Amino acid sequence: MSKRALTFTGLNARSRMIIYISVAVVYLACVFVWGTLLDPSAYAVRFADKFIPPSAGHIFGTDFMGRDMFFRCVRGLSNSLVIGLAASLISSVIALVFGISSAVIGGKFDKAVLMCVDCCMGLPHLVLLILISFMLGRGAKGVMLGVAFTHWPELTRLVRAEVLQLRSSQYVRASYKMGKSRMYVAMRHIFPHVIPVYLVGIVLLFPHAIMHESAVTFLGFGLPAETPAIGVILSEAMRHIATGKWWLALFPGLMLIAAVLLFDVIGENLKRLLNPSSAQE
Amino acid sequence: MLTAKSTVGIVGRMLILLVLISILAFMLVVNAPIDPLTSYIGAESTLSQDARDEIAEHWGLNKSAPERYLNWAKNILSGDFGMSITYKRPVISIIRERFSASIILMALAWMLSGILGFAIGIIAGLRRGGVFDRLVKLFCLVLQSSPTFWIGLLILSVFAVSLGWFPLGMAAPMGKLAAEVTLGDRIYHLILPTVTLTIVSIGKITLYTRQKVTEIMRSDFILFARARGLSTRKLVWQHVMRNISLPAVTLQFSSFSELFGGMALAETVFSYPGIGTATTAAALGGDVPLLLGISLISALFVFSGNLIANILYGVVDPRVKGGGNYV
Repeated sequence: MSKRALTFTGLNARSRMIIYISVAVVYLACVFVWGTLLDPSAYAVRFADKFIPPSAGHIFGTDFMGRDMFFRCVRGLSNSLVIGLAASLISSVIALVFGISSAVIGGKFDKAVLMCVDCCMGLPHLVLLILISFMLGRGAKGVMLGVAFTHWPELTRLVRAEVLQLRSSQYVRASYKMGKSRMYVAMRHIFPHVIPVYLVGIVLLFPHAIMHESAVTFLGFGLPAETPAIGVILSEAMRHIATGKWWLALFPGLMLIAAVLLFDVIGENLKRLLNPSSAQE
Repeated sequence: MLTAKSTVGIVGRMLILLVLISILAFMLVVNAPIDPLTSYIGAESTLSQDARDEIAEHWGLNKSAPERYLNWAKNILSGDFGMSITYKRPVISIIRERFSASIILMALAWMLSGILGFAIGIIAGLRRGGVFDRLVKLFCLVLQSSPTFWIGLLILSVFAVSLGWFPLGMAAPMGKLAAEVTLGDRIYHLILPTVTLTIVSIGKITLYTRQKVTEIMRSDFILFARARGLSTRKLVWQHVMRNISLPAVTLQFSSFSELFGGMALAETVFSYPGIGTATTAAALGGDVPLLLGISLISALFVFSGNLIANILYGVVDPRVKGGGNYV
């Protein structure tokens, strides 16, 4: 693939990676902006047009209340993106703080952080999400916070491992010997090195967050039924699938997969670009 | 292998972790805005305030959270998980019944996805860059990005609705008495959920095996073996398999957490009466005892998977063997 593509377009691997990333980012940004600005009347209830299979007028068909599925999906996906964004930002900040501090401080604090990580990963993720959503009395807030506060353990481990490696490196030890404080070393020497791992971590967190959000919503804990969200749409679809309304499930799912896959593309390409050993391939 | 000291260490850490998880779960549930009393007697109950106070007193609801936790933990240790509000039966018997139904589902899907994923991964890894390999890679990436319940819905709509080959859900035919349900019925109803769960969990193991096989095929000892004139078949059996089978098994064991989540979603789609549907019912119905019981059991389940994985790591990797910190 790579060789032929190279001669075809005259671009090297690096430029192609950047193109992939930009296309994915532009698509996701478009969906996001379009979904947020979308006029709710585009997916308003129209009982006259219920259960129309996909056609030129409604490319994704309509549901049991005659709502246009395409616009509902776009709107739902942009909702998911907001939740995913919030979740990855919160989780990644927690992970960054915990990861760096546990590796730099070490000792008892390190053990305590690791225990927290084990604790959060000890329950199946879905059960933990259900418990948090239960605590917050379901609804949008429950999903938001649940998804935001359960995605940090893995990234914390990654960041911590990275910092542990750095900690024993020559220049960090030299800095300590020159009498710099732990804070100084953490901010000036360690933080910049962790940034690539962290950035890639955020992007790769995103798909998980979106999938979990829709899974919890699907089970009935998340966003209220009138909000257009992929999870809500799919759990409604489940009720009508026995009567052969396949389009209610197929297209929203495809939209979700496309978004998740694109985040994966961004993450993987970023990883290769930011990693010095593979950036020049 | 495992020394006595490291075994004690593992068990000790396991207990501490379980206690911590139970505290976490308890804290989450206790802080819920749902009043356990209201969810027990129902919102429209005409019970007098005095009677309410009496029940609250009997349950110890007016005590502080740590006291209640200790009380609950004491009961758990003596085997009393409390009564489920939704099902009006002891929690432990529900968990036993539901978990045994789910365990079959999970075990089947776990083994199928493991064996199939491993085999496909080896074939794809041997033919890196070929059509088959690219198809497998694309397929696995898409699978990993698609939600479990969506795959379940698609399978349901194709095989149960359009083709009508399989039942729509449940663990037994509707309207049949429990005593009349045959083994055949159960297997028939188990097929679609199992297929769904297998498909969902196959991506990770396939990609992992494929990656490992490619790495190993590039190594010097493979080159040497080829130079000795070993056929590909022998190469795979004698060198590749040895190097990747245990790490792959380890990976399968450490994926119990995702397996549990996938199972819960698959069960909801197919309305299969297992522990997953019980979890949702418990949380939606405000059934605190059942929810806590399930959380504990699921933590134990994930934990045993991780424990086996960590011990296997120690067995496989001589560098880990020396250290005692497995968990």
